[in-house]
Amino acid sequence: MPWGRRAERATAESTAALPSTAIELRGVAHSYGDRPVLTDLSVTLTERRVGVIGANGSGKSTFARLLNGLVVPAEGSVLVDGLDTRTQSREVRRRVGFVFQDPDAQIVHPTVEEDLAFGPHNQRLPAGETARRVEEALLRYDLAGHRDHPAHLLSGGQKQLLAIAGVLVMHPRRIVFDEPTTLLDLANTRRVARVIQELEQDVVVVTHHLDLLDDFDRVLVFEEGRLVADGPPGETVPWYIARAT
Amino acid sequence: MLSLYVSGTSPVHRAPAGLKLAVLAALGVTLFAIDRLELVAGAFVLVVALGLLGARLPARSLTSQIRSVWIWLAALFCFHLLVTGPLVGAVAVLRLLTLVVAAAVVTATTRVTALVAVIEWLASPLRAFGVRPARIGLVIAMTLRFIPLVADRAARLREAQAARGADRLRLGLVVPLLVQVLRMATTVGEALDARGADDAPARRHRLGTA
Repeated sequence: MPWGRRAERATAESTAALPSTAIELRGVAHSYGDRPVLTDLSVTLTERRVGVIGANGSGKSTFARLLNGLVVPAEGSVLVDGLDTRTQSREVRRRVGFVFQDPDAQIVHPTVEEDLAFGPHNQRLPAGETARRVEEALLRYDLAGHRDHPAHLLSGGQKQLLAIAGVLVMHPRRIVFDEPTTLLDLANTRRVARVIQELEQDVVVVTHHLDLLDDFDRVLVFEEGRLVADGPPGETVPWYIARAT
Repeated sequence: MLSLYVSGTSPVHRAPAGLKLAVLAALGVTLFAIDRLELVAGAFVLVVALGLLGARLPARSLTSQIRSVWIWLAALFCFHLLVTGPLVGAVAVLRLLTLVVAAAVVTATTRVTALVAVIEWLASPLRAFGVRPARIGLVIAMTLRFIPLVADRAARLREAQAARGADRLRLGLVVPLLVQVLRMATTVGEALDARGADDAPARRHRLGTA
């Protein structure tokens, strides 16, 4: 049992009341220099679990970054619960958390506990509330024994769990994962998949691990910067596999 | 400092970080003001006792720091043997040894965030000139976090070069390392945005405890 049921219940209670989010992209296009990466994209995400798949360079990661305002579209707009990511990025980022592919780039403090406290501190939470959330995350993700451990000495799986926990302590309503299992071995991939499965929050998961999406509500397929398929995983994933082979 | 903190609940652990740093600074000044061997030796014994008994630190957390500087201390002693004499050499070496152990006690009993909070507090007068002390603190914390990471990336690049026949350390390591670090810096910047770093309040200016 990698993490305690009691802690799971505690976290579930604290996040159960989180309202879901609606993210709307209207006529979005984006390019890096002369290279277009997304073209004419209009889509609304209201489902609890949305998967995003596609080949490398298809625009998945840019799409993910649009969802919490890390990237502002060159054309069109992205609205999170009606908030425009172009003008209200701070509020958007409070609602939509982001987990990066490489946890090493996301962990900014030297030790586990200090890194977990970083987000709540930025949210100006009282010290007691910050400590409560950090404690909860340490227990939930089996990191309590590594509280004062230097982050660079954690295993790959532990680093990814720390990165996820670092976002969860900020209590976002939706979390965007950009290929969260790409750098992990099989055991840690399963562990992270289970963590995502058990989250109370809405999630958007960009991934190449198609098994991860089995019980998702909706899967978007990207190809050369365009949304080419959109539907339940039972339809879109086999279609994508057939197209890729 | 990168990974030297040893968790504990001793009085030394609980003492405010600012007090510990102030005592360390005062000890440094005092040690250089005295030149009697028995006094410096007494200070050394006191500092070691504070670390082992007061802070209940494992001996290796102190000895590992001494091991990393012993060659320089030995060289210093040899220099004094040739130039001034053994007594002055012993005082000089013991003085530095005391400070190394004292610094080890401070870093082993104080969280990085508490030390950074002190630095932010010290930097707070700069606010009048538009400097944000919280940013200084974040930069220091991130430096401590990313030094081992960059070292790890450099080691991987060395391995990759060795695997392709470059068996000597080459200057060519610098460019790919720089490219990797800059690429990572972009993602780190995004991560800071995603985690609300721009929303960070000015820290409460009190000296944190460990």
